[in-house]
Amino acid sequence: MKMVADMLEQAPFLRLNEELTTELLTTALREEVTKAGFSKVVLGLSGGIDSALSLYLSVRAFGPENVIAVRMPYKTSSPSSLEDAEAAIAATGVEALTIDITPQIDAYFDMMPDATPLRRGNKMARERMTILYDLSAHYNALVIGTSNRTELLLGYGTQFGDAASAVNPIGDLYKTQVRQLAVYLGVPEQIIAKPPSADLWEEQTDEGELGFTYLDVDCLLHYMVDQRYTLDQLRAQGFEDEFIAKVSKRIIQNQYKRTMPVILKVGNRTVGVDFRYLRDWGL
Amino acid sequence: MRIGLAQIKPRLGRVDINLELHEEMIHRAREEQVDLLIFPELSVTGYNLMDLTYEMARDPFSPDIQQLIQAAGEMDLVFGFVEHSPEHILYNSAAYVTQQSLHYLYRKVYLPTYGMFDEARYFGRGQMIRSIPTRFGQVGIQICEDAWHPSTAYLLAQDGAQILIVPSNSPARQPHGESLGSQEAWHAILQAQAMAHGCYVLFANRVGTEDGVTFFGGSAVVDPFGKVEKSASLFEEELLIADLDLDKVRKARFQMPMLRDEDVDISLRELTRIKRKRSGEGTWL
Repeated sequence: MKMVADMLEQAPFLRLNEELTTELLTTALREEVTKAGFSKVVLGLSGGIDSALSLYLSVRAFGPENVIAVRMPYKTSSPSSLEDAEAAIAATGVEALTIDITPQIDAYFDMMPDATPLRRGNKMARERMTILYDLSAHYNALVIGTSNRTELLLGYGTQFGDAASAVNPIGDLYKTQVRQLAVYLGVPEQIIAKPPSADLWEEQTDEGELGFTYLDVDCLLHYMVDQRYTLDQLRAQGFEDEFIAKVSKRIIQNQYKRTMPVILKVGNRTVGVDFRYLRDWGL
Repeated sequence: MRIGLAQIKPRLGRVDINLELHEEMIHRAREEQVDLLIFPELSVTGYNLMDLTYEMARDPFSPDIQQLIQAAGEMDLVFGFVEHSPEHILYNSAAYVTQQSLHYLYRKVYLPTYGMFDEARYFGRGQMIRSIPTRFGQVGIQICEDAWHPSTAYLLAQDGAQILIVPSNSPARQPHGESLGSQEAWHAILQAQAMAHGCYVLFANRVGTEDGVTFFGGSAVVDPFGKVEKSASLFEEELLIADLDLDKVRKARFQMPMLRDEDVDISLRELTRIKRKRSGEGTWL
């Protein structure tokens, strides 16, 4: 796809070996799910590129018969999102269900008529999370994550909402890399081409809300986080001070979304502090 | 001499299951008439043990470890485990087994404690880098990070090693180029060691994933000219078998006599000077 090819042309350092990355991610995903005692996975499918990529990776890892895709629209969700999700479902042949979250969201906000769009958006994200975790128990299927690395670093997601999952196959991929892999795995073009949006209100786009493009911020994050460039070196790369400051501030401000809740220490072996074990303990 | 590299997928903290994995591989290797079978680093326990390190630690004479040593039969064996020393220090160790007894215990010296690694938080540092006599000739063991310190292979080669054994747990990272960045880096190091010292280098790396970190496998045999003779698949369990021609060590060293020409005295003298300089004694030139 030309759009993605052009982006990688501009930022060749983000380019992945698609085949190798796919093999790495599907091998690891299969192992992390099966050794926890599961053979099925469930994930929310918004119609956007991130959840589509998680879906395609899951299908590669487990086969379509073991993947459950859940669409959870609200009444203001764009109809085209539902159609795009449908395209991915049809193309992969996975089991799919649609749960309209309007009744429960409206029931709550009828009591809170003055709630801001941010509160409403967060509530919807968390509502969807509770549905996925309920279906996880129902289908005996692990919840697969759909947050990419750019979002995680910027904190552009809802804590305990879309950020919640058991295993996240795309959390170490920048948005631009998500796009590259989505093209490689054959995600429908309409999903890759449209402007990314949380679809929490009409006309919302990620890039409009953030104030910069994913390609630009991925380049900055590459130099700032991966290559550990100093401020002067970032300036020399042509990044504006304002842009650098804005992104740094977001990363720092949202650190709380990337950690477990803070525990006040009393004893000698505090969970997460000096009681340290991997999730894969004994698996 | 026929060697086997047991590219296994140990389970984290499951000594019971891992011993079974070892015994299966020993059985397969025996059918293939393998003389020396090499398992990866910490093959008995899994890698990122964190606080499990304390629970996994075993005296080399404990029943678990002795069971494995007995299972070797006539084969020589290298495997990795958490060693619990009499002083209650835990080491990331590799055992060399011959004739169903523990012939040598190597304790990892260079414990990576940066980035994704935290080994020195749990393990004590080994204090010896020595080659050991075996029925196949002199052998040196370096565990994973040890191989990234040029002094390790240098000392082992100066001490007579003809075969360098590198049990590893190396994670897959940087899938940007033709192959994994981490695998390319490893191959470069192993090939350089083989060439510089005229040794066989045997790299036994694990596969499997621990909390999202995937070990890449790609176990390899590098001949004394630096050529990768054989390498195992990425990410998959495998028993890689290779026949070593130890006469290649002679040929490589006749062709490139760096070992003969190496001046240990210069190294010693300069290292002594550098050590004094670093501690602020003597002349600084």
